[in-house]
Amino acid sequence: MSTATATNYLNEAKGWKSWLLTQDHKRIGIMYLAGIFFFFLVGGLLALIIRWELFTPAKDIMEADTYNRFFTLHGAIMIFLFIIPSIPAALGNFVLPLMLGAKDVAFPRLNLASWYLYVIGALFALYSIISGAADTGWTFYTPYSTSTSGSVVAIAVGVFILGFSSIFTGLNFIATIHKLRAPGMTWFKMPLFVWGLYATAIIQVLATPVLGITVVLLILERMVHIGIFDPAMGGDPVLFQHFFWFYSHPAVYIMILPGMGIISEVIATFSHKRIFGYKAIAYSSLGIAFMSFLVWGHHMFVSGQSELASLIFSFLTFFVGIPSGIKVFNWVATMYKGQISLKVPMLYAISFLILFSIGGLTGIFLGAVSVDVHLHDTYFIVAHFHYTMMGGTVIAFLAGLHFWWPKLWGRIYNETWAVVSCLMIFIGFNVTFLSQFIMGAQGMPRRYYTYPEEFQRLHGFSSVGSLILGAGFLIMTIYLLHSIFRGKKVGRNPWQSLTMEWEAESPPITHNFDKDMVLEHGPYDYDIVDAKYTEEGTL
Amino acid sequence: MNGNESTHSAHIIPLSVYLTIASILLFLTFVTVWVASINFGAYNLVIAMFIAAVKASLVALFFMHLKYDNKVYMIILLISIIFLAIFITFTMLDTLQRGAIYDQKAGQIRESATMYDTVNADSALVGDSANIVDSTSMSGK
Repeated sequence: MSTATATNYLNEAKGWKSWLLTQDHKRIGIMYLAGIFFFFLVGGLLALIIRWELFTPAKDIMEADTYNRFFTLHGAIMIFLFIIPSIPAALGNFVLPLMLGAKDVAFPRLNLASWYLYVIGALFALYSIISGAADTGWTFYTPYSTSTSGSVVAIAVGVFILGFSSIFTGLNFIATIHKLRAPGMTWFKMPLFVWGLYATAIIQVLATPVLGITVVLLILERMVHIGIFDPAMGGDPVLFQHFFWFYSHPAVYIMILPGMGIISEVIATFSHKRIFGYKAIAYSSLGIAFMSFLVWGHHMFVSGQSELASLIFSFLTFFVGIPSGIKVFNWVATMYKGQISLKVPMLYAISFLILFSIGGLTGIFLGAVSVDVHLHDTYFIVAHFHYTMMGGTVIAFLAGLHFWWPKLWGRIYNETWAVVSCLMIFIGFNVTFLSQFIMGAQGMPRRYYTYPEEFQRLHGFSSVGSLILGAGFLIMTIYLLHSIFRGKKVGRNPWQSLTMEWEAESPPITHNFDKDMVLEHGPYDYDIVDAKYTEEGTL
Repeated sequence: MNGNESTHSAHIIPLSVYLTIASILLFLTFVTVWVASINFGAYNLVIAMFIAAVKASLVALFFMHLKYDNKVYMIILLISIIFLAIFITFTMLDTLQRGAIYDQKAGQIRESATMYDTVNADSALVGDSANIVDSTSMSGK
C-alpha cells in the first residue's frame, strides 16, 4: 500500500520548474490533462451558450455573426485542443510506459516538446478569438474561408502547430511500443489499449502532415492568392475538401481508436474475464486505421464531387462497419458470463457500447449516397457526429479517466457521486442529441442561429438536455478535484486488473517500478491467474 | 528489452558506385531536358515523372543508403508513397471525372473551371487570362 509520505512522481520534485521542465511521462500526461480539461471547459461553455441561443427561434443572446463564430470555436477547440490529444497525449502518456513495464517513453524530451507545441498552438487559437475569431466552421471550407473577415489565419497557424504536437506524440509512441516492451511481452501479449494507441500513432504520423499542408495552402491562398482553390485561376475549391478530409477522416479514428482500447481494458477488468477475440480486436484496430484512409470522400457527396468518386467512397465506407462491429460483438461476448462489477468505469463502458452503436449505425445511413443527399448538413449529421465523438470518444475517455484515476493520484473519488454524474451525463447526452436526429431527418439545417417555429419543441428539448449534461460534468469536476486532496487512499491494484501498470505503486514512483519488469502473465489471463491463486490457497 | 536492438554499422560504399550513380543521374538529367523538347501529348507528364522517380529512387537507394540499411526504413518509405498515391488517385477520380455519369451536371462545373479546358489548356497554362474566362467550349461535354 502506498502511504502519503512515500516518494512518488508527484512529490519527489517540487516547484513550477520541476513541472515545466520535467521529462517524466506521468507529469507530462498530467500537464496535458490540465490543458485538455481547460479547453473542454471552454468548448463546453460555448456549447451551452449555443444551446441557449437555440432555445427559441428568436434572437436571444447573440447576433447571427457571433453565433457563427461561437460554433466554429466550439468545434475547433473541442476537436483540435480536446478530443485529439485527450486519450493519446493525456491518458496515453501517463499509462503507456507503465503498461509496457518501461521507465518512460522512448524520447522524453520530444514528449515535453510536444506539450509545448500544444501550448503554443493553443495560444494561437486563443489569439484568434481576441482578434475577431473565425466563422468558417471547424472545417475551414474554401471559398468562404479565403474571403471571410474572420480571423482564419491565426487559428490555421494554431492548427498547424497542434498537428506537429500530435505527430511528435505519435512518433514517440511508435518507438516506445517497438522498443520498450518488458521482456516476455510479445506483440500479442500487449494490452489492447496499447494496440489502440499504436494504430492511432500510425494515423497521426501518416495523416497529420497532410493537415499541415492543407492549412499552409489555405493561408497562402488567403494571403497571396496562389489560386489552388480558386476556379478562376485554374484551382478547385473541392480540392480543399479532399486535402482536409484526407486528414480529418482518419483523425476521427485518431479520436476513437484509443477510446476503443480503453473500453477493451475496462470491460475485461470489470468482467474479470479473458477478453473475447483478442487478436480480432487487435487486428480490427489496424483494419480501421487502414480503412480510415479510403473513405474521406463520403464527406463530399453533395459538394460537387464526381458521381464516380462518390459511388466508390460510399462502397468503401461500409467496410469500416466490419472492424467496428467485430469490436462491439467481442466486447459484449467478453461480458457474457463474466463476473460483472458495475463500478463507474464499467458504467461508462456500457454507456459507450450503447452510444457508439447508435453513432456507428447512423454512420451507415450517411455512408449511403442517396440517404446522405437528404441528410447532409442537417442536425442528423450533428447528432451522428456527437454520438461517435462524444458518446464514443469522450465517454471512453471518462471511462479511462475513472479507471486510471486511482493510479494517477493514489486516491479514489466518491463512488456515489460518480454514479450520479455518470447517469446525468448519459441521460443529458441522449436528451440533447436524440432530438437532433429527429430534427435532422425532418430537414432542420445545421449552423443556423434561427429556425422555423415547428422545431422549437425539439430544440428546447435539446437545450434542456445540454443543461443536464453540463450539471453532470460540474458534479464530476467537484468530486474529482475533491478526491485529489481528500479522496480515500488506494493500493496498487484497486480493480484486480492484470495489466502491468497496476503493479506500480499508486501513485507510481518517478521511474515507475521498483524492479525491472518481466511479463509473468498475459494482460487478460484471469482464468490462469485465478486458478493459480486458488491452488496456492491465497484466494 | 524486447524487439530487435539495432546492430547496424555504417556501410561503406566504394567510390566507383557513387561515381556510376552520379553519371546515371547526370545522364537522366540530359534525358529530361531532351524529352521536354518533344511533345508526347498527354504522356508529357507521365514521362517526366517517371524519369524523376527513377532519379529520386537512385538517390534514396545509394546516396541515402536505403539499399543497405534496415528494411524497416524501406517499408516506411514505401508506405508513405502508397498513401500519397492513394490520396492523388482518389482525388483525381473526382477532379477528372466530374460529370462522367450524369452529363447534365458537367456543364456548369466545366464552364467555371479552367482545369477542364483542354482546348485552351496550353495557352491557359502560360497565363492567358482571356482563355481562362472563355472556357465555355467544353460545356455540355
